[in-house]
Amino acid sequence: MDDFYRDYILDHYRSPRNFGTLEQPDVAAEDVNPLCGDQIRVELKLDDGKISDVRFSGKGCAISQASTSMLLETVKGMKLTDVAQLPKDAVLENVGIGISPTRMKCAMLGLRVLKSAAIGKLADWPDEE
Amino acid sequence: MTQTLRTPFDCAQGDKSVERIIADFPILARPTSRGKRLVYLDSAATSQKPRAVIQALVDYYEQYNANIHRGVYEIAQRATDEYEHARVKVARFIGANTSEVVWVRNTTEAINLVAYSWGDHNITAGDAILLTELEHHSDLVPWQLLAQRTGAQLRFIPVDARGIHVLDDLDRLLDGCKLLAISHVSNTLGTIAPLETLIPRAHAAGAVVLVDGAQGAPHLPLDVKALDADFYAFSGHKMLGPTGIGCLYGKRELLAAMPPFLSGGDMIRKVEYTRTTFNDPPRRFEAGTSNIADAIAFGVAADYLTALGMPWVREHERALTGYALERLAQFEPRGLAIYGPRDPARSSGVISFNFGDIHPHDLASILDTEGICIRAGHHCTMPLMEKSGWGATARASFYIYNTEADVDVLCEGLEKAARVFHI
Repeated sequence: MDDFYRDYILDHYRSPRNFGTLEQPDVAAEDVNPLCGDQIRVELKLDDGKISDVRFSGKGCAISQASTSMLLETVKGMKLTDVAQLPKDAVLENVGIGISPTRMKCAMLGLRVLKSAAIGKLADWPDEE
Repeated sequence: MTQTLRTPFDCAQGDKSVERIIADFPILARPTSRGKRLVYLDSAATSQKPRAVIQALVDYYEQYNANIHRGVYEIAQRATDEYEHARVKVARFIGANTSEVVWVRNTTEAINLVAYSWGDHNITAGDAILLTELEHHSDLVPWQLLAQRTGAQLRFIPVDARGIHVLDDLDRLLDGCKLLAISHVSNTLGTIAPLETLIPRAHAAGAVVLVDGAQGAPHLPLDVKALDADFYAFSGHKMLGPTGIGCLYGKRELLAAMPPFLSGGDMIRKVEYTRTTFNDPPRRFEAGTSNIADAIAFGVAADYLTALGMPWVREHERALTGYALERLAQFEPRGLAIYGPRDPARSSGVISFNFGDIHPHDLASILDTEGICIRAGHHCTMPLMEKSGWGATARASFYIYNTEADVDVLCEGLEKAARVFHI
């Protein structure tokens, strides 16, 4: 598990990208991880069914915050219908190995909230689909 | 083999060396998957179990597994005897009469029993229920629901920045108060409540007092009669016993006036098709087949603690908490923040802290790689976390098997976390 906390993860934790809020988001969603209280809110700006801008806010552990920051770097230009189909590997490819089963929900929180925004209702946990 | 149950102490009477105690806990001899020594600092969540408690479970299932209060055959009689004998042991442990000890699953169930059975019949619209800002969700949510059912009002004794109860406004808070429900010890900060002051004042104001003793009974010498608590709720699993068994102490006259909580078998005197006469307390509140083995093993846990002596337990934890506070203070210049009382005389074996910008869950994961078990999160006290602005904390908690060496390993783990997070 300590292998997980590589420098680029800590960099995304301490300097998250796309962090903040949009003035007039087209869709948004938020959720908490009831196990640890981590919170994530994702706001999206759309253009012709594609994501034109994205912001997230919230607080939590390095895993949830860095996972969300890295995930959202990859979604600009993506169709909402494709976002709804994103697999858990969309996160795991970014954060790599080393997440213990007990912390998987932390890693998946941002993806769950992003997919919730895309489908307009609370999405399933990506690791339980 | 009855001797196994009658003389359950692996720890010889009088031998209170912690090494001997540690040897009684099989799990503490098992290395982690990474080959580390298990450093268990989460006893506020649940304690480890000594061999005698585990053996009591095995003995019941291997030697005299039978239902209680019914069978006339030999093993059923023995099961009933051991089960009721455990009630005697736990009653003695807290200074209660045997008929005042109700078996429940855990502290939460005990509090719910009081909230429904006593609360629904004694609390009405306009009454006040007084809690504190430190309460665990288990001593908060049942009262919120009771207030919703009855129209009662919830009030809170405030705590200061160190988690110490502030009693300046107590007279006003107690005015019109029917119930004071308060944790003996805060599971988040370790604060010991000033019950010797609060209970007489609550009684003088006409309130009944329920003490959430989940973190009190395992750690502090306890005499519910001297304390004059009306109800005292606690769990077996936090005091060396199994999960699934706990205890509600209630004063005889209060229990006698309370209707059943759950109904069904074993809690009745006479049943007709359309009506039922209920049993006397405590069995009025024990519907259905109980956790027989767990109750018996809980009695063995009480024996173990009695043999050690609760004053010794308290002094061991006070000294260890003092040592841990000193060691953790050495990290303060590097951003470690300690919450809760700084005087170990005011706290009971619990230290909540944060280290720099390391989220407590990340800290717990890093410590886990070194075999160190701590709790991280809101500790089921979300309102306290919100009020204090902590979000979440790391929590180390101690029990009879912990040593200064465990604290030293924790500090080495903090050094590792500092290296990983470059602080």
